[in-house]
Amino acid sequence: MRPFEYGNPSTVAQAVALLGPQWDEAAVLAGGTDLLSLMKDYIVSPKRLVNIKNIRALGGVREEKAGLRIGAAVTLEELYEHPGPLGRYPALRTAIEGVSSPQMRGMGTVGGDLLQRPRCWYFRNGFGLLARNAKGQPLVPGGDNRYHAIFANSGPAYFVCPSSLAPALVTLGASVRLEGPKGARELPVAQLFQIPKDANEREHAIAPQEILAEILIPASAASTRNATYEVRERQFMDWPLATASVALRLEGREVRQAQIVLGEVAPTPWRAEAAERELAGKTLDEAAAARAGEAATQGAHPLSRNGYKVQLVRVAVQRALLAAIA
Amino acid sequence: MPDQDERHDSPESEGSDGEAGSDQKPSKGFSRRQFIKGTGLAVSASVFATEGLLKAAAPDQAGAGVEGPGAVKVQLRINGQLRQLQVEPRVTLLDALRNRLDMTGAKKVCDRASCGACTVILDGRPVYSCTVLAIDAQGKSIETIEGLAPKGTLHPVSQAFVDNDAQQCGFCTPGFVMAVKAYLDKHPHPTADEVKASLNGNLCRCGTYMGVRQAVLEAATKMTRKGGRA
Repeated sequence: MRPFEYGNPSTVAQAVALLGPQWDEAAVLAGGTDLLSLMKDYIVSPKRLVNIKNIRALGGVREEKAGLRIGAAVTLEELYEHPGPLGRYPALRTAIEGVSSPQMRGMGTVGGDLLQRPRCWYFRNGFGLLARNAKGQPLVPGGDNRYHAIFANSGPAYFVCPSSLAPALVTLGASVRLEGPKGARELPVAQLFQIPKDANEREHAIAPQEILAEILIPASAASTRNATYEVRERQFMDWPLATASVALRLEGREVRQAQIVLGEVAPTPWRAEAAERELAGKTLDEAAAARAGEAATQGAHPLSRNGYKVQLVRVAVQRALLAAIA
Repeated sequence: MPDQDERHDSPESEGSDGEAGSDQKPSKGFSRRQFIKGTGLAVSASVFATEGLLKAAAPDQAGAGVEGPGAVKVQLRINGQLRQLQVEPRVTLLDALRNRLDMTGAKKVCDRASCGACTVILDGRPVYSCTVLAIDAQGKSIETIEGLAPKGTLHPVSQAFVDNDAQQCGFCTPGFVMAVKAYLDKHPHPTADEVKASLNGNLCRCGTYMGVRQAVLEAATKMTRKGGRA
């Protein structure tokens, strides 16, 4: 790690004032489980870290009329210790359980899960977010791309969004509040993620001087049947290979409305709109779930070594749907 | 490489990163003064550099200051004892324990929050000490394997590891013991499945998981029979 200054503000305004307009000037330190590893590998070398763990306004889990408000600095373990609210959002509870290391859950924060950098091994080994060689040619299509994207992977981005909670939060219609020098703004979680168009862009729509302050799950999401299903290579200390989160509005067994979001298969959480359309108005049973799983693969273009993910998408969607009505 | 990293943080090479000389200071393009101007701070940065963390962190009309990048005074409460040291903000709790305080029980293996060998207990929760900054651990209760039992005796968890052949090379063992201790403190009557899940943050390359699981169950029984925490 390169040396850095350390700021320990107690208010959001102080924290924002300590950040700089460029990414390499300062970074927000929450759980540190991703940031410190990136710094040890010299993938990022901010000149200042701003600890946000001592800012009260970024903590706490509150149930309000509007919905469930989760402070961005709340650890996954703290959130998990609110069984009442989580009982209404099994999609989110399952996603937290997927981060199964007690240490990681006790250190890592909800905001940090959303803002962790991609796990693409080219990025982690210094080839940049877009994984290019010295001549600017992309390395992923002809390289070891077994864990890379099968959607939206025609370039320049090939990595997958690593957030465990994002598919569930997008499915539940959650939004985030960002605090910056010009005040606060709200964004749907879906719009927090973006596909970088060039090397100057990041995979998050957050500015260097903004802090992710809060996540709000709207109260209306509590009346959906929702679930997450993760397909994993290893049961712990690893990210899923494919995730599906679903939220359904049902009348009896008939689907009025379906939200289906995939994780670990595209540079952003990936909305499976064809699968949503496939389900609308249908009675949800095993056959319908299988058809939705098939529809969810529409538009998939696997790279040379990740064709297996197409099948994982089928299975994840099917099982998430069946879990939601179980 | 662990060796190199340990050298970085040794007292002899304070401030050096073992690479280019320019690493010793933040580059000129970034000036604290610019920040201070921008945020309306009328306080000299050097004041914060020498003052304690709490002072810098206190709510302050002008805003919060920064410390470092040079060594700063850090006070840690380890196994009930207050220890003072001078470390740069970039020094992890693990390196502070091992390289500054000669507490080498917590092991440095992956140094990337991926193996659990460095597990210590921070305010009752198991954490990867390789991924906690020492400066961030101030004001918290830090439990390490050195403080588990009086010298010459073994904590029931450690004893259960011995009795159940729960280690081979033993390098991951202190991390496992601390993770298990933290878990049993909060869950004194775990089921076999819960024990398995409680070990999800620690890797053993020798593959002694069966013995470890058995050890946890046995330690749980012995500790509850004794009437609570040992």
